[in-house]
Amino acid sequence: MDLPQNAFKRAIGAGRTQIGLWSSLSSSYTVEVIAGAGFDWILLDSEHSPNDLESVLGQLQAAAAYPTTPIVRVPWNDMVMIKRHLDIGAQSLLVPYVSTAEEARSAVSYTRYPPAGVRGVADLHASLGYPGETANPKVKPLIDDAIRRIRRAGKAPGILTGVEADARHWLECGALFVAIGADVGLLARGADALGVDIIQECPVTGFRIADGRVQGVETAKGFIKAGKVGLAVAGHAGVMAGLAGFRLPVTSQPLQALVSEPIKPVLDTVIMSGAVHAYVSQSDKGELVIGAGADRYIGYGQRGSFQVSEDTLGAICELFPSFRRLRMMRQWGGIVDICPDASPIIGKTPVEGLYINCGWGTGGFKATPGSGWVFAQTIANERPHALNAAFSLDRFRTGYLIDEHGAAGVAH
Amino acid sequence: MLLIPCPYCGERAESEFSYGGEAHIARPADPEKASDEAWVDYLYLRTNTKGVYFERWLHAHGCRRWFNVARHTVSYEILASYEMGAKPPKLVTESEI
Repeated sequence: MDLPQNAFKRAIGAGRTQIGLWSSLSSSYTVEVIAGAGFDWILLDSEHSPNDLESVLGQLQAAAAYPTTPIVRVPWNDMVMIKRHLDIGAQSLLVPYVSTAEEARSAVSYTRYPPAGVRGVADLHASLGYPGETANPKVKPLIDDAIRRIRRAGKAPGILTGVEADARHWLECGALFVAIGADVGLLARGADALGVDIIQECPVTGFRIADGRVQGVETAKGFIKAGKVGLAVAGHAGVMAGLAGFRLPVTSQPLQALVSEPIKPVLDTVIMSGAVHAYVSQSDKGELVIGAGADRYIGYGQRGSFQVSEDTLGAICELFPSFRRLRMMRQWGGIVDICPDASPIIGKTPVEGLYINCGWGTGGFKATPGSGWVFAQTIANERPHALNAAFSLDRFRTGYLIDEHGAAGVAH
Repeated sequence: MLLIPCPYCGERAESEFSYGGEAHIARPADPEKASDEAWVDYLYLRTNTKGVYFERWLHAHGCRRWFNVARHTVSYEILASYEMGAKPPKLVTESEI
């Protein structure tokens, strides 16, 4: 009888990279689904997953019909455990907690018949990579080094990562078998993404409101029914509020910025001056990024006035006379929504079920990601999170304004 | 740069003017009796129109007089300028914007 060939071991033996998937779901049904997805190998985990010998057997049988190599991570570097997994037909094992040469020799001996070892069947790829914690940036260089050293030793290094960039990096380092995902993570992310739609090029044309409560959104492509609606439209906050029948303490003004021709590194920080009213920093490409105030008047034209650029560049030349010979390459204007107290509005509107997140025109890029979380919580719980409670629309009635012009460090 | 027609001095560069925000906002007639909502409306709420907007300008570096302007906030075209206290001119209807 011919022993079954181990395609995985042959491939890594020949230096061919093998891309895999990590499976923790301990289900033959799941393995059958992912075994047909084209991965070179699938790791069946019985170290940190509720797998036993019988469930691993079912998964090996499910994978057998497909051109993929199942690898079993046994619970421990243990003679009995390894023997039993080999006996049910596992050709490739990943043995955890092999940290010394002696432990490695033991692991191999468990797979060999005497005199080579205490057991031995077909063949087992001699060295197995150990996937560790990879998120820590201090760990990464160690992993890089280990991969290179294992490879130089003529063995096959392997690793699990869910980050594509990391997978590519370690493939370049010489990793021969790389799991680029895990079934649990894929399932969780896929389930999370279900029901989320991004509809581009589709303007909102109105709100359907009954008895003071929002019923949904009218769009250019039809009506979207919704019990709750979040409004986060930046410069067009006032326009959308108008469609919903209320006004905001917000004005929309063009704010512009400029970029110079690229030069060698001269600035390693952001310079911001409230006195002459300008900021400048240098991008990785060497261009000076310069800004610029907002135009004084309301505008949706998405362009800034010439005299604003002129004033800004005058201020920059005052700060850095050596920049006077630079030419400006690009200039653009965006529409920012600005509150009288230069702070955002995150919370309820006069329309029940309609929530708003606006007024970021003064310092938006610093805090908008965090505002998304508290905005989501505000919508979900129908009351603000402690962090955004003070940023209500109601503050303009109570008088508890949050005057942050100074903190924003800008003068519009 | 806008070329703003001052009703008293004629067309001048925008840099001679300062901006006064939305026009035709009336202060509560009886401030002592005005509700909080009326004050919010007067002090803070603005229509922020995308289209023809009525706004106030001050000819700060000229005759120092306030006046109203009707301006399109997308094209920035100035459609009219008129004295303070005058009614806004009939220009275009909302549906034509």
